[in-house]
This record gives sequence, C-alpha cells and structure tokens, in this order.
Amino acid sequence: MKPVPFNYFAPTSVEEALDKLAELGYDGKILAGGQSLVPAMNFRMARPGALVDLNNIPELAYIKPTSEGGLAIGTMTRDSKVEHDPKVIEMFPLLGEVMPNIAHAQIRNRGTFGGSIAHADPAGQLPAISIALDANLFIQSKSKERWVKATDFFTGPFMTVLDPDDMLVEIVLPPHLPHTGSSYQQVSRQRGGYAQAAVASVVTLDDQNRCKEARVVLISVGDTPILSARAKEILVGQKPTAEAFKEVAQAIAANEIDPATDIHATADYRRHLVEVLVERSLTIAFDRAKKGV
Amino acid sequence: MDKFPITVNVNGVRYDRAVEPRLLLSDFLRHDLCLTGTHVGCEHGICGACTILFDGEPVRSCLIFAVQANGHDIRTVESLGSTENLHPLQEAFHEKHALQCGFCTPGFLMTLIPFLEKHPKPTEEEIREAIDGNICRCTGYENIIQAVKLASEKMPR
Ligand SMILES: Cc1cc2nc3c(=O)[nH]c(=O)nc-3n(C[C@H](O)[C@H](O)[C@H](O)COP(=O)(O)OP(=O)(O)OC[C@H]3O[C@@H](n4cnc5c(N)ncnc54)[C@H](O)[C@@H]3O)c2cc1C
Ligand code: FES
Ligand code: FES
Repeated sequence: MKPVPFNYFAPTSVEEALDKLAELGYDGKILAGGQSLVPAMNFRMARPGALVDLNNIPELAYIKPTSEGGLAIGTMTRDSKVEHDPKVIEMFPLLGEVMPNIAHAQIRNRGTFGGSIAHADPAGQLPAISIALDANLFIQSKSKERWVKATDFFTGPFMTVLDPDDMLVEIVLPPHLPHTGSSYQQVSRQRGGYAQAAVASVVTLDDQNRCKEARVVLISVGDTPILSARAKEILVGQKPTAEAFKEVAQAIAANEIDPATDIHATADYRRHLVEVLVERSLTIAFDRAKKGV
Repeated sequence: MDKFPITVNVNGVRYDRAVEPRLLLSDFLRHDLCLTGTHVGCEHGICGACTILFDGEPVRSCLIFAVQANGHDIRTVESLGSTENLHPLQEAFHEKHALQCGFCTPGFLMTLIPFLEKHPKPTEEEIREAIDGNICRCTGYENIIQAVKLASEKMPR
C-alpha cells in the first residue's frame, strides 16, 4: 500500500458530494479520474485526509448542446469520450487535435475533462485549451454557486480560484464565430509525454479577411497557461501576413513567457520552440479560418 | 482505517472482500486475489505494466483504488490463454519473439486485446499509437509490432 491512510466517501449525487466537501473542508479532496491525484498520493506528495470520489455520480458525465449553439461538458466526462465524440470534433476541431496528445489511451479512459482543468498543471493541455476556447466554468459548493471565465480561473502552478469545498461542475464552450480557424502545435519527447512547449491558437476573420480575434495560448512555459496579449495587439484589425506571424512569434518568445529549465529542455530551448510553434500555429489557424474549417 | 466491503467480478469470478481505501487495485489483484499476472513497475501511471480491462476498457490498475472497483468487471491477463493453450495474441508474441523478460507483456496484451477488437486490420501507425502507453525495456518494439500484425491475421473476427 503506497498512499497514507485516508477516509473514503462515494456519494451518488452532486448534492451529497457538496455536503461532504463542506463538512470535510481542508481535510477533503475530490477524486475524479485519479490520473494525477493517485500518482501524487502514491509518492506521498499528496496526503489528503479523505477522498470524495465523484465516479459514482452519473449526472456529472455528459456532453450536450447549449442554447447558444455551443457545448456543455460535465466535469466527469472521460477524456476518451471527448476525444471520440463526433459532435465535439466537428464543432471544436482544436479538441480533435489536442485530445490524442494527452497522455496515453489507458489514461484518457480514466482521466476526466474537468479534473484536468481543476488540476491546473501548467504543462497540461486542457487548462490552456479552456482559455483558447474562452470556456465558462460552473462552480458549486454547498453554500454558493458561480460562473468563472477560464481566463480568470488559474492563479498559479496547480492553483486555481477553487475553494476546498468547491466543485467544478460544468465546462461550457461557446460556439465559434463564422470564419474561425484553430491549430494546436506541440513538441514532446515521445507521443503521450508532456510537451516541452505547446501552442494553441484560435483566430477569427471578418468579412474583409482582416483578423477580428486572435487567442494564442502558451503551454508549459510559465506558472499558468499564458494568453498572449501581444498576439491580439499585433493581429486584430490587420490582414494576416507571414511577417505579422513572425512578429507575434518573436514578441511572445521575447516578452510574454517565463520558461524553466529541467532535465528535458533548457529555458532557451523552450523559448526557441515557442517562437517556431507560434508562427506555425498562426499560419495554419488563419489558413483554416479562410477555408472556413 | 475502516475496511469497505466490495464485490468485484474478475475474469468471470465473483469475489467478496473487505479492503482499506488506500489499497491499489493492482495490489488487490496481486496480493488479495493472488492473480500475479498483472505486473507492477512504476506505480505512477508511466510504464503500463499494470494495464487491465475495467468494464472492457484498458486502464492503469495502479491508479485506481480497489474500493473503486466495487460492482465493476475486471479482466486480467489470466483471462487469456493457458500455457498449453495460448491465446492467438500470446501465440503471436511467442512466435515473433516479442518478449524477453516478460515483465511488460501482461500490460501490452491487455492493451492490445480491446485494440484488436476495434481494429481487426490495424496499420503499423495504428499499432504504434496503440502501444504508446506501454514501456518495454528489453525486447525493443519492432518485434512487438510484428507480433500484433501476426495476431491480427490469426485472430477470429
Ligand atoms: C503517465 C501520465 C501521463 C500524463 N500525461 C499528460 C499530458 O501529456 N497532458 C496532460 O494534460 N495531462 C497528462 N496527464 C494527467 C492526466 O491527463 C490527468 O487525468 C489529469 O491531469 C487530471 O484529471 P483526473 O480526472 O485524473 O483528476 P484527478 O487526478 O482525480 O484530480 C486532479 C486534481 O483535481 C482536483 N479535482 C478533480 N476534479 C475536480 C472537480 N470537479 N472540482 C474540483 N477539483 C477537482 C482533485 O482534487 C485533484 O487535486 C498524465 C498522467 C499520467 C499518469
Ligand atoms: S505500474 Fe501502473 S503504470 Fe507502471
Ligand atoms: S520483455 Fe522485458 S520489459 Fe518488455
């Protein structure tokens, strides 16, 4: 037995789970897919006093259309469900590109869409994708409920606005505007391994083929996923050109990221990757926006 | 810590046991049920040796607590062939020399069983993707890929 002893609760409804979380306070922790929490517990880096397991609450796993034409995803929807859902891939091709790169099939069978966002790993894909797709997050506790924009959700490495008794319940993805294109680019040592650096871009063109919106999000090069302000400043209102993409890539690599050095990549190498990947992802995303895919 | 009663179906056999919440499913299978075919390498999700089928889907048994398996259906490598009567996938591993020490093999087999059901005629690219979550430290992957190709020809569809 690797983890320290803990108490275990398996509620069968959201209400019951929220009651339990309120009662446990700092002692309690949500167990979703367990694909990040259980390794941390096996290492004894995480030593929660009690786990509130959400795996017996079927009402938390769904993918359904919203009245605005987007999608609502229940927090306990497994990554593999999102990956293979034709509606998701049709409406948000970015997810179709990203999902197969998250860990391995065995882990995606268990890991959850919401768990990955709540975990807030700066090297994880879904926190960044939730920002790139401008997601709205529904959060509930026993005493309150609120909506938080993904852009305001992450506060530091593995840190979010969630309180100990809060549950991320639903992730709402607003529909893409017409003439929107996206692209995900990453470099990792091995398929399924965490990326040394990655970039997700979602761009929209207006009727005159000028850039109307540009969301460029950087992964694994700072404390949280980083939404580039410079990309917006340089691109919006302009015709997208190769020179502009280069300018954005250089501006981001020079000023907007704070990469670290580890055994797999130096900070300089990560900076280099970001410059190359931003340019590549903008080129592809604008091309797709023009073609309307 | 209190023990929790669980009922688990493993390879078609029903087991009733009481477990501490912190008992990993991998340890439950190996120590409590003496099904030592499921191997344990890293216990943090990287190596894939502990892969089993949980309600038909391949997952890491080292990242699930035994208590979470209550009411679920588990399949381990013991559900495949016997030494005298190998499963076609095991036979193909044997023929193509797709194992040396065999430590990683149960994880590969349990990953590949549902894969071959979904992809009866896999391409090499598909096979490589299917095994990207399993590490083998002695055979090298080439022979494993050859074995999967051979198995796809042998297996009844
Ligand atoms: C070998 C390996 C490789 C991996 N590679 C990648 C990778 O390349 N990219 C990547 O992004 N991820 C990767 N992961 C992580 C994986 O995607 C995890 O599944 C994911 O990060 C966490 O999701 P989970 O559902 O398993 O959450 P858990 O592990 O159950 O929980 C994670 C944390 O989030 C909290 N939490 C979970 N759900 C909620 C909720 N609804 N409300 C509030 N808090 C909640 C938990 O309390 C816990 O603190 C990898 C994991 C492994 C083991
Ligand atoms: S022992 Fe489970 S993945 Fe290595
Ligand atoms: S056969 Fe030895 S690790 Fe794969």
